[in-house]
Amino acid sequence: MGGYILRRMLYAIPIAFGVSVVCFSLVYLAPGDPLQTVLPPDATAETIEIVKRAYGFDKPLPVQFLIWLGRVLTGDFGMSIATKRPVFLEVTGALANTGTLALFAVPIAFSIGYAMGALAGSFPGRWIDRVVTGTAVFGVSLPNYWLGIVLVIVFAVEWMVLPATGMGPSGSDEFRILRWSDAKFLVLPVVTLSMIPIGILSRTTRAAVAEVRNQDFVQTLRAKGLSEWAVTRHVLKNSLPQVMAVMGLQFGYLLGGSILVETVFTWPGSGFLLSKAIINRDVPVLQGTILTLSMVFVATNLIVDLLQSLVDPRIRRG
Amino acid sequence: MPDTLAIDEPLGSFDEQAAPATRVRGYWQSVFYRLRHDPVTLFFAAMVLSIVLAAICAPLIAPFDPYRESIVGRLKPFGWRDHALGTDELGRDMLTRLLYGGRVSLLMGVVPVVVASLIGGMLGVLAGFVGGRVNTAIMRTMDVFYAFPSVLLAVAIAGAMGGGMVNGMLALTLVFIPPMCRVAETATTQVRALDFIEAARASGAGALTIIRYHVLGNVLGPVFIYASSLVSVSILLASGLSFLGLGVRPPLPDWGLMLSTLRQSIYVVPLVCALPGVAIFITSICCNLVSDGLRAAMDVRM
Repeated sequence: MGGYILRRMLYAIPIAFGVSVVCFSLVYLAPGDPLQTVLPPDATAETIEIVKRAYGFDKPLPVQFLIWLGRVLTGDFGMSIATKRPVFLEVTGALANTGTLALFAVPIAFSIGYAMGALAGSFPGRWIDRVVTGTAVFGVSLPNYWLGIVLVIVFAVEWMVLPATGMGPSGSDEFRILRWSDAKFLVLPVVTLSMIPIGILSRTTRAAVAEVRNQDFVQTLRAKGLSEWAVTRHVLKNSLPQVMAVMGLQFGYLLGGSILVETVFTWPGSGFLLSKAIINRDVPVLQGTILTLSMVFVATNLIVDLLQSLVDPRIRRG
Repeated sequence: MPDTLAIDEPLGSFDEQAAPATRVRGYWQSVFYRLRHDPVTLFFAAMVLSIVLAAICAPLIAPFDPYRESIVGRLKPFGWRDHALGTDELGRDMLTRLLYGGRVSLLMGVVPVVVASLIGGMLGVLAGFVGGRVNTAIMRTMDVFYAFPSVLLAVAIAGAMGGGMVNGMLALTLVFIPPMCRVAETATTQVRALDFIEAARASGAGALTIIRYHVLGNVLGPVFIYASSLVSVSILLASGLSFLGLGVRPPLPDWGLMLSTLRQSIYVVPLVCALPGVAIFITSICCNLVSDGLRAAMDVRM
């Protein structure tokens, strides 16, 4: 067990390194001189010189990367061109707001999606299976940014029961989940965000459960005289590792993919920060946000793999 | 008459002997047989076909010029004058824009998938067939791109390169190469371990011959099915990029871009503003269901 954990954690290091190389090269993907993309357009010759030396643009690329990596590791992501604030503060603040969304969207989407998939997989071919499979296709095919707009049209424009956009009058610093005047701003974004994971998760859970049910050991359990409920429990437990892998991917989607939903609802999270950075051509913020989000994703995958090996000992030996 | 029958008889039974005792259908025959008996897939395939045809024939069937603006006719509801689906924020006919928008959106949905299937497929077959260090090098590089959520990677690349239709397609292609490569690699590795590859090698076949005649046939199925399932994802992502201002630039009509510009007007003509999303949604559902049907018919498991 300890060996597996160590191996898996060591494996995450080259991945994290590769991710940082990709994020570093984003500045060089931008058209024009990389110096121009990190500098405000009205910079004086003096600031240009200072920045040039600070970023190491006068040195060869590998050295530049190491300098950049060193700064990133100490939490220095550079300055935002648009707001002149440290990127690190901007990103952490926004990430907290995205976390608030995820805090609600993750349990809702995972429990509904898993329950739907488990039900459908336990009765393959029956009406409940058809209903779930049909609904799941809608979830998977849904452009969530459009769903967000439709929900705003229905609940904010026509019925006027929920606010259309934003995070409430008190703003992100004073946001209290337990206060309804604040919490009602969460409803539409959370519902919108949950739809795609519900669709994907119910599809995978259904497939995993149906597959496990066809395995020989289920026949053995029945032959032993176990009740149908006890058999189902065994089936669900054996399908869990596959489902958990997809849950991990979907958690990453909820963090990274929230960019469209947050833009629709102008929710001041990491996705909205990213979309603002794109409009302002604020490359340091773009780079910092993507680096942070993908590192969170790498960590999530690591945790999911370790949890999987807890549930299914076969993975540890494999 | 009975004579001729008697003469015919042995010939007939001779024919039956030549054929196997029970009629065995070829793989493609059974795939088409299953497809023919799957009305749902046939229906949605017809839907996809008509959407594609409508987009291709847009100049012939569209009632207006997609760029003709009208100051008095801005943001009008369904059925205003000759505009069956209303007009947008510059007074352009919505039906026309939706038809023309289909061209751009479908193009951005299909091209990245095709290019990524070719590149990713080749890399995957290479990694799977050669194995060893080549496999490690290719697949570990792919793992790095796997470490990004797909939307985020597309946004990052398109955002850094500065948007535009070509950059958007390039970003999507890069996003789809790693999963495609993984599908092809898994299929190739599985085939490579089978005995007939060993037999081919023993009989002196070169690597390219083995890949051409023995590997590709077994890899194309999974790659094709996976690619067909990516088309819907690609349409959603491409429209998403345009929605964020990273894809198609105005005034070119694109469903995602239209959705984004009309978003300001949901208080004026809510139904008109929701239309481009309906187009994306319907296209994406149809593509998904056709892909599911093909997967079932071709009996591909991934």
